[in-house]
Amino acid sequence: MKKEDFLSLLVLIFLVVLLPAISGNTYTLTVGIFSGINALVAIGLCILMGYAGQVSLGQAGFYGIGAYISSVLSLHAGFPVVISIICGMIVAAFAAVILAVPALRLKGHYLAVATLGFGEIIYIILNEWGPGGPSGFGDIPHFGFFGYAIDSTRGYFYLIWGIVAIVMFFSINLIQSRTGRALRAIHDSELACNAMGLNVAGIKIKVFILSAVYASLAGSLYAHYVTFISPSSFSLFYSILVLMMVIVGGMTNLWGAIVGAVVITVLPELLRKFEELDVLVYGLILTLSLLFFRKGLVPILIDRIKKLRGFAVAKH
Amino acid sequence: MLTVFLQFLFSGLTVGAVYALVAIGFNITYNATSIINLAQGEFVVIGGLMMWFFSESLKLPFFVSVALTIVTAGIVGLLMERLTIKPLKNADLLLMIMITIAVSIVLRGILMLSFGKEPYAYPAFTEGEPVNVYGAIIQQQALWVIGITGFCIVVLFLFFKKTMMGKAMLACAVNPTAAKLVGINVSQMVMFSFVLSAIVGAIGGMAITPISLMEYDKGPMLAVKGFCAAIMGGLGSNRGAVLGGFLIGVLESMTAGYIHSGSKDAVALVILLLILFLKPSGLFVSKTMLQLRKF
Repeated sequence: MKKEDFLSLLVLIFLVVLLPAISGNTYTLTVGIFSGINALVAIGLCILMGYAGQVSLGQAGFYGIGAYISSVLSLHAGFPVVISIICGMIVAAFAAVILAVPALRLKGHYLAVATLGFGEIIYIILNEWGPGGPSGFGDIPHFGFFGYAIDSTRGYFYLIWGIVAIVMFFSINLIQSRTGRALRAIHDSELACNAMGLNVAGIKIKVFILSAVYASLAGSLYAHYVTFISPSSFSLFYSILVLMMVIVGGMTNLWGAIVGAVVITVLPELLRKFEELDVLVYGLILTLSLLFFRKGLVPILIDRIKKLRGFAVAKH
Repeated sequence: MLTVFLQFLFSGLTVGAVYALVAIGFNITYNATSIINLAQGEFVVIGGLMMWFFSESLKLPFFVSVALTIVTAGIVGLLMERLTIKPLKNADLLLMIMITIAVSIVLRGILMLSFGKEPYAYPAFTEGEPVNVYGAIIQQQALWVIGITGFCIVVLFLFFKKTMMGKAMLACAVNPTAAKLVGINVSQMVMFSFVLSAIVGAIGGMAITPISLMEYDKGPMLAVKGFCAAIMGGLGSNRGAVLGGFLIGVLESMTAGYIHSGSKDAVALVILLLILFLKPSGLFVSKTMLQLRKF
């Protein structure tokens, strides 16, 4: 792990511990929890898009699979919550394999639309055959293990950001490993990778599975926190929202996913008074950031810092 | 038995006609720029809602409303190209996909703000008794939809075959550099392809609204189904797009009628995935034919 990443991780943990101390009100913490849940999905998509160069418009599908599988198992089959979450991740991984094996041969628009189609199919299935149909169902048990249930907002805040920190640690290590270097190489030229004897298809499928598992985990955590789910939370709009987080934060840097997730989650709260305008505002933010901040917030910030540092060195 | 079947068939063909128009819209921009414009569905919604605005809200005469709707859609297409596609020229394909998604969200936002979330409709183009075919009832508007689609296809065919502008657009699709060398204004042609695809989409929207109603968020589903039709027929081929559109419309209405109405939307998506996975070059064309055929 690089020094900067280690420091960033420390800063993240510091902020997570500090926030409830500074502003302990439930509202702030709730927004924080949703940011964390979204960050998990965004980290997965960031690895897939920024590092492996594969687009996905179907993350909401995996998110929904996680939420539904783990809710149904814990509510109706009486599984412990942790086990149901793991089951959800396994199902999402299988769904990812089924989708990825044929889909990753596709490129660009074809891949985008194939993943979009997958997400919409999951959405239709949940709507038509999911428990409760379009209106969803409630009474989902809270997260807990060994008999201890977490039901306070503060508890959930620590739980979710703790998981984000662990996932982040794991992902950074992955990206700086041999696999990570292979991923970046695939992004640059698949042909060259094939010629070098890399198993391009295998690596792409693995990353796709990873992003699905992250999304599923986030979906389960969402369900066990809110304790009520309906298909509308898992529509195409959510996939687009995640895409937006990754782009706004900057898809070439994993930290961008977290920053993007927080920005995109907090933004509608700030825009509350515009109510009906939210769709338009989202669209405009996405359009403008694509047109003017193509690299995303975090990479732009890093460039700035580098420039400043270069300036300081030159002065000496 | 036959009556029911015919009824499903005709309603499938009617919806299919609109999918075909969306697919043709995809093809027009794809051929000129190799971009899939995922905001294509929004053009259809704009067609339906603006037509309602001009004809019902402002009470303008029918033909004036049609003309104004077409102009509005054209302007939207033009603005989209000039403001978002042109500045990103030569960008990554991923970025191009996302910018069209971004534009579609902006359009949806604007439509929701100006029209709200409720569905709109206006009377059929002609009043009169529905036509009876072996017991199946066909609304006159359904005939209009299919007729207008046919008309559009013929006009587009003539446009690309006979007019200088159409040929120039085709040339840009085949080889932009060569087109530039012979004095074609490629940038203008790209802009025009967006205008044209917006107009084609809007015409579909105007025709179908009296039958199926129109609301602000119908765009994405229309885009997915139109894309499915375009893929089915082989991306870039208008003949394939028309066949694909009708086929999807009919399959959808058969599924809704005979199997389960809720899974209607899933049909197109499953077909889409199957085609993408098994034969991405399209059902009706071989790979070599696809390379040779332009329209």
